Amino acid sequence: MDILSLFIVIPVLTITAIIFLKDAHQVRLVSAFGMGLQLLMAASLVFLYLAARHAGNSDEMLFVKDYLWFKSLNIHYAVGVDGISVAMITLTSLVVFAGIFASWEVEFLRKEFFVSLILLATGVFGFFISIDLFTMFLFYELAVIPMYLLIGIWGTGPKEYSAMKLTLMLMGGSALILVGLLGIYFNSSPGGSQLTFNILEISKVVIPLPAQRIFFPLTFVGFGVLGALFPFHTWSPDGHASAPTAVSMLHAGVLMKLGGYGAFRVAIFLMPEAAHELSWIFIILTSISVIYGAFGAIAQKDLKYINAYSSVSHCGLVLFAVLMMNQTAMNGAIIQMISHGLMTALFFALIGMLYGRTHTRMINEMGGLMKVIPFLSVCYVIAGLASLGLPGLSGFVAEMTIFVGAFQHPELFYRIVTILAVSSIVITAVYILRVVAILLLGPTTNEHFEHLTDAKWFEKISAITLIGSVAAIGLAPFWLSTMIGTSLHPIIEKILALNPF
Amino acid sequence: MSPGTFLIMRHELLLIAAALSVLIAEIFWNPEKKKSISLFSIILFGVVTIIGFLPSPAGALFGGMYISSGARLLMKNILNIGVLLVFIQSVTWLKKEENVEKISEYFLLLISTVVGMNFMISAGHFLIFYIGIELATIPIAALAAYDRYRNKSAEAGIKLILSSALSSGILLYGLSMIYGTTGTLYFTEVTKLFGNNNLQILGFIFFFAGMAFKISIVPFHLWTADVYEGSPVNITSYLSVISKGAAVFILIIILFTVFPVIIATWQKTIFVTSILTMTIANLFAIRQQNLKRFLAFSSISQAGYILLGIIGGNQLGMASVIYYILVYIFSNLGAFGVVTAISNATGKENIDDYNGLYQTNPKLSLIMTLALFSLAGIPPVAGFFGKFFLFTAAAQKGYYLLVLIAVLNTIISLFYYLLVVKAMFIIKSENPIKKFRSDFPTRFALGICVAGIVITGFASIIFEAIRNLSFGV
Repeated sequence: MDILSLFIVIPVLTITAIIFLKDAHQVRLVSAFGMGLQLLMAASLVFLYLAARHAGNSDEMLFVKDYLWFKSLNIHYAVGVDGISVAMITLTSLVVFAGIFASWEVEFLRKEFFVSLILLATGVFGFFISIDLFTMFLFYELAVIPMYLLIGIWGTGPKEYSAMKLTLMLMGGSALILVGLLGIYFNSSPGGSQLTFNILEISKVVIPLPAQRIFFPLTFVGFGVLGALFPFHTWSPDGHASAPTAVSMLHAGVLMKLGGYGAFRVAIFLMPEAAHELSWIFIILTSISVIYGAFGAIAQKDLKYINAYSSVSHCGLVLFAVLMMNQTAMNGAIIQMISHGLMTALFFALIGMLYGRTHTRMINEMGGLMKVIPFLSVCYVIAGLASLGLPGLSGFVAEMTIFVGAFQHPELFYRIVTILAVSSIVITAVYILRVVAILLLGPTTNEHFEHLTDAKWFEKISAITLIGSVAAIGLAPFWLSTMIGTSLHPIIEKILALNPF
Repeated sequence: MSPGTFLIMRHELLLIAAALSVLIAEIFWNPEKKKSISLFSIILFGVVTIIGFLPSPAGALFGGMYISSGARLLMKNILNIGVLLVFIQSVTWLKKEENVEKISEYFLLLISTVVGMNFMISAGHFLIFYIGIELATIPIAALAAYDRYRNKSAEAGIKLILSSALSSGILLYGLSMIYGTTGTLYFTEVTKLFGNNNLQILGFIFFFAGMAFKISIVPFHLWTADVYEGSPVNITSYLSVISKGAAVFILIIILFTVFPVIIATWQKTIFVTSILTMTIANLFAIRQQNLKRFLAFSSISQAGYILLGIIGGNQLGMASVIYYILVYIFSNLGAFGVVTAISNATGKENIDDYNGLYQTNPKLSLIMTLALFSLAGIPPVAGFFGKFFLFTAAAQKGYYLLVLIAVLNTIISLFYYLLVVKAMFIIKSENPIKKFRSDFPTRFALGICVAGIVITGFASIIFEAIRNLSFGV
């Protein structure tokens, strides 16, 4: 068994164990154990990966394993990772681990909850380790479907509507991806040799430009739906607001990154010519996402909606940076994915904890929480500061890199959109500071809040895991950006070779 | 004729022997023993199914009127598996007091339809094909009216017989034109003499319309929902899986072997009908409350997806169609199995009745969810692989637009499948279906369906085996 397949095997074993457990109380222990193991695996994967790179292994993908699956269609189960996927896997295992602890007190159908949650995680892990488009797509859909039950059963508010909307929109995105993948597959060998789904092999050929012009937009928009690309982002606020805490964490923290990662790894990497040609359309759309999301967040009163719109804005920035197609901006895009994943997961976890105490998510009904529940409040401030890009935390590194990269383009168009996108930082500061001021500072408005208790041990585990990671990236971003940067080289080279600009 | 040639017709001969044995048992067994006719027939049919998988010689009989080949044998075997599952699923229902008298009728008639289907699939001549298709349809009309004291059931029987008579008429009209212009009904000779003559094309269109009735392709689907709703559940599942599967099989064989000359014509026909079928059936399915009607429209839309495998005229297409039918047998029989179990236990058949089912009957709900996800094409179950291969087959010939329409249609279908999932898992009910335990045959059949749904996808060997036996135009 290779190390990467273990990332699928462990969750599957955990699920199996949970199904056969008789005692509902042990369910969360087993989940925590399984996902803790996964986190350790992720940590050791990082070390193994760095060690292999130090040893001089310069392959594009490491730990590659390839098993032939459907011979006639040349479909393989193929796994492999580069620095980017390693970073994403680490992010996923952190968020899932924190998510398990954030949902420690789920009572209703506890077994089913953890099974669905871990199934969702299995899909995400599988997606990040795949280098075969077929298995990648399979895992992608596997990650989307448990969302329906997770939101529909354990959600709050108009959960049935939100769950259906989210599922159908994301599956709509995957419909476009499917057509795009088939298009890539049937153009994967212009020379007439065997067709392939393998990303590395496809990246060596040039897909004919007329085909790229059709399949690039399909693939990019398909993944863009999950990355909250305007105007396909509307599932995100409803979905996040209705989802239970851990699901919001996982969804905004990890699942939306599937969109960014896919847009980058499949759409742009495999079809750079069309990406270069058509990027202006999508740059405009993503700029709208960035600004519109930030303004949307200002207008909201529900904490989850604020954070959901803020996610639209931040994930828009990921796609924006990816489309800049140069080393610095792409590097920033990946760091932004990691940073936003951790930060937004932290936000949603804290919102869930606050909601569990105050039973409201409306900011104008709360106030003065800092005195009552200092631990949670301080965590909330840290998350907020990370979100508005304070130096020392991860958000700063990511956004700085993105804007520097975007500004490297000399054309007026790029300058204008970059300036527009930069302005989102200011707007972000407005809504973050406003929330912090109303929510945490000032007098306690509601006497019921006087008796609130601060975070319990499992909530602390969840929050500290995430804050530690956010701070680690903010204080020592270089190991991460080196890991990503070396992996970006082959991709950037491919782009530059075709479009010197 | 040497005894060896009998081996070529092994499937049909064994089935006839099985049917006759059931008949003899009905005549000579004393009334107390008759209850075990179910078990007897299932064991007989199981043996026939197993023997069917033994290697068999390929060849032609009666001067080419009857053809046996690897692909055709495979199709017959797949149908046999499906029929066996339907038989096992119906045991509980047949035990009911009002049905005990008629157990042997049920098996006798159904086995005869299987004989008809087998002849139809092995046809090398349009007359054999026609006889087969009639033999496969008329007994089912009798069975649709099995609960003859229930008005809806009697109505279903009449509707089925009338619409199939009409479709046979249309089919025969088309065949007569083909005969008139080519002077023969042998497949091999018709192929040689077929051109782009207008009358021949018209003949083909009539033939296709007749087949469209049998497969219930829009706009020839109007009989389907009423017949499915009125018939007993087991007959509905038989109609929607086995009859449809057999008709698809022979359609693909005839299109690929008899009409390759006019491939451009039938590709256009299929392009239009497939879009209509998927879209209209899916839109209608959304509004259904009765689960049998719901599954009826879902099965019509499935026929639309299956056409995507046929349209390319390629080997991959044929493989994906046969594979999809296999997957569809497991998925649809899984869904129908749950509907049957609940209908037998409580008599309830509406989606609303399933509210809160997960709280009381978690296993049935999970099986239903798995089956519906497979029908919708959600990984990791087999339906995902089936749909993926169908779409790949169409994309191979450049039908990207059609594939896009089809995948968007799967989103609509996912919506209504999720409505059932929502009823079972999310909606709370004051008065959910009581907890009950199904008897052994039901659980056994559902177990096989679940195993089929899970394994058929991952086990690539199944798809590869099917592909090796398939052929293109």
